[in-house]
Amino acid sequence: MLEQILVLLPQVLFDGFILGFIYAMIALGYTMVYGVLELINFAHSEIFMIGAVAGVEVFRYLAPLIPNGYLLLAVAVVVGAAVAGLAAILVERLAYRPLRRRGTTNRLVPLVTAIGVSFFLQDLVRLIEGLWHNEFFLRMRTMPDLEGSFTLFGGAIFIQTKSVIVIVVSVLMLLGLTYLVNRTKLGMAIRAVAQDLSTASLMGINPDQIISRTFLIGGALGGVAGVLFALIYTTINPYVGFLPGIKAFTAAVLGGIGNIPGAMLGGLVLGQLENFFGTYLPILTAGNFGAEYKDVVAFLILVFILLFRPQGLLGQMVKEKV
Amino acid sequence: MSLLSLALSLVFLLLSFLAPNTLTAFLGLGALGVAAFARLEPRVRTLNLALLTLAFTLFLRSSGNTLGLIGLVGILVALTTLPRIPRGIRVALGLAILLLSVPIAGFANTFIFELGIQIGIFAAMSLGLNVVVGMAGLLDLGYAAFFAVGAYTWAIFGSPQAGKFLQGNFPLPGEYMYLFMLIAVVTTAITGLLIGLPALRLRGDYLAIVTLGLGEVVRILANNLDHPINITNGPQGITPVGRPPIDWFRSLMGALGVRLDETTDYQLFFYLLVLVMIGLVVLANVNLANSRFGRAWVAIREDEIAAQAMGIPLLPTKLIAFMTGAAFSGVMGVIYGAQRTFVSPESFTLLASITILAMVILGGMGSIPGAILGAAALTILNLDILKTFSEFVRTSLPWIPSQVDPAKYERLVFGLILILMMIYRPQGLIPEARHRAELEEEA
Repeated sequence: MLEQILVLLPQVLFDGFILGFIYAMIALGYTMVYGVLELINFAHSEIFMIGAVAGVEVFRYLAPLIPNGYLLLAVAVVVGAAVAGLAAILVERLAYRPLRRRGTTNRLVPLVTAIGVSFFLQDLVRLIEGLWHNEFFLRMRTMPDLEGSFTLFGGAIFIQTKSVIVIVVSVLMLLGLTYLVNRTKLGMAIRAVAQDLSTASLMGINPDQIISRTFLIGGALGGVAGVLFALIYTTINPYVGFLPGIKAFTAAVLGGIGNIPGAMLGGLVLGQLENFFGTYLPILTAGNFGAEYKDVVAFLILVFILLFRPQGLLGQMVKEKV
Repeated sequence: MSLLSLALSLVFLLLSFLAPNTLTAFLGLGALGVAAFARLEPRVRTLNLALLTLAFTLFLRSSGNTLGLIGLVGILVALTTLPRIPRGIRVALGLAILLLSVPIAGFANTFIFELGIQIGIFAAMSLGLNVVVGMAGLLDLGYAAFFAVGAYTWAIFGSPQAGKFLQGNFPLPGEYMYLFMLIAVVTTAITGLLIGLPALRLRGDYLAIVTLGLGEVVRILANNLDHPINITNGPQGITPVGRPPIDWFRSLMGALGVRLDETTDYQLFFYLLVLVMIGLVVLANVNLANSRFGRAWVAIREDEIAAQAMGIPLLPTKLIAFMTGAAFSGVMGVIYGAQRTFVSPESFTLLASITILAMVILGGMGSIPGAILGAAALTILNLDILKTFSEFVRTSLPWIPSQVDPAKYERLVFGLILILMMIYRPQGLIPEARHRAELEEEA
């Protein structure tokens, strides 16, 4: 058994990274919104899904025009990011901002709204796809030049070209975001609003604008993650966002919610853990408990972190003020 | 105004005899609206409501159109919320609707019974969730998990399923269902304790996502525990789940002069059983709201830190709220399984949890009549209105693609309800006094 585990290990670690990068990109959206609004944006999983659907549609319609898979993917990534970012801004405008205007102090109100938005968007996309193509189980079109694969270390790791693309794109995105948040004026404003919204507004920052842009950035990253997800898993439907969404939230909590490097780390760790259990649980339990329990593992990790290290791996403990 | 309103009700009564069709039903709903909202003398209003009860009953009996049921629910709401109606009349009319109108219509069209039972089951559950969300302010997104535990508790032992992993004589005889309603209270309360013990230490918004996750865990377990030991029979679900023998009920009804046949006897039985359960649940709810626990829950909801400073032990108090809500759901789970004779993991998804949450939110967090109204409205919407609308789209609007079937879009509707309620009326349709005060103050 040990031998079996060791033989699989390099492949498991590699696949874990792919999953981890996708989680990391989604987790950033949760963590940034939580940073500025202290709101768990349940609808973010649907923003991710919208990105994935946009990617599928770009591949469907533009594949005959753009025979080069890499170029097509670049277009899909841009379109996915734009559509998802726009959707995120709309959600903020139409659902969350009216609540802020009223200045409600009840914490349940924005949370229930977010759940409502999440459900609404799932069926809205289903409705749109239903009217458009009369089906809502979508398949990503395959491009021949993206379908290659090779092996490393004498066959120990099997690598698809697509996986390399996912890793390259997500590393670029994460680097770009880090630069944006730490080195630009917008990033400084976002950090200021996250630290203290009312003081930031006294410093000449328009909080509504910054919140809106935070949704845009988080949504765009989610959208890119969605396109990459569609590229790898190829089958997409309007309900596909739920599980990656809740796992990315777990990742954000794991890294310390509100903390941007934390979300990246959390995503990578969670991707590894999930892939690890998904592969080894059947082996360790002699097939009695299969890969279907990997979701349970993710949820249990969430519970344990919240109980034993609620501030996450990189977060700082914040005392609740009376 | 009084004369006009009475005339309207009388016209509807007449039309219910002559032409019981959809148009008439809308007239009746209009008459009900006038009777409820116009400035009327209390006596005229009472008379009006009595007339409308009669009219809707006749309408429902002769047409089987569920718009009539909506009218009856509307009258019930009017009876519980409008001021200055004599108490005796409230009770008499309410009982007449529940015990006479609905069964009479149900014998003509068993779908009315089915709707009544589903409304009842969901009403009892939203009352349970109301304790957790409305009173204690704990957002539980995995509430269907308790429903599942209750349903499986009886389904496993009330069917041959238990024989697959236990020695003994299964299925247990149907009478055991009553015992299992009590056992389900215990098993779901223990589940509530197990889920709550970690989850309730967390702050509000984390609680929501952890209950969501743990609710999914329960569903995943139900889906996969057909191996290595077959406990839940996996995705196929368990069937047939036993029902209690009801010979005594048949003879009782026979003595009352009600003739039952094979399709209606269990329907009527479960309908009345659900009514009894709602009565008990409402009683428990009212008493809890006025008890030491109820006040402690409200205190926690309003301000956790202040409540703690007043000497309320947070975790135990929250746990009791959680376990109470879970127990209500568990009992209804047993009835649900027995009534449908079939239990499968599909009934206990996140959608079910959100549906129940939407019922509580629509009616008004913390409000008992609100929770019942919310359950009635969304159940009718889900089981009847959306399906009718689907039928309409399929036959009258053939240019709409076949995949666009309105009955499948519950999420869209429930999501929209949650969003709109939170933006425009967060206190719900029938607000509880304290919530109303709190949420209007902010506006």
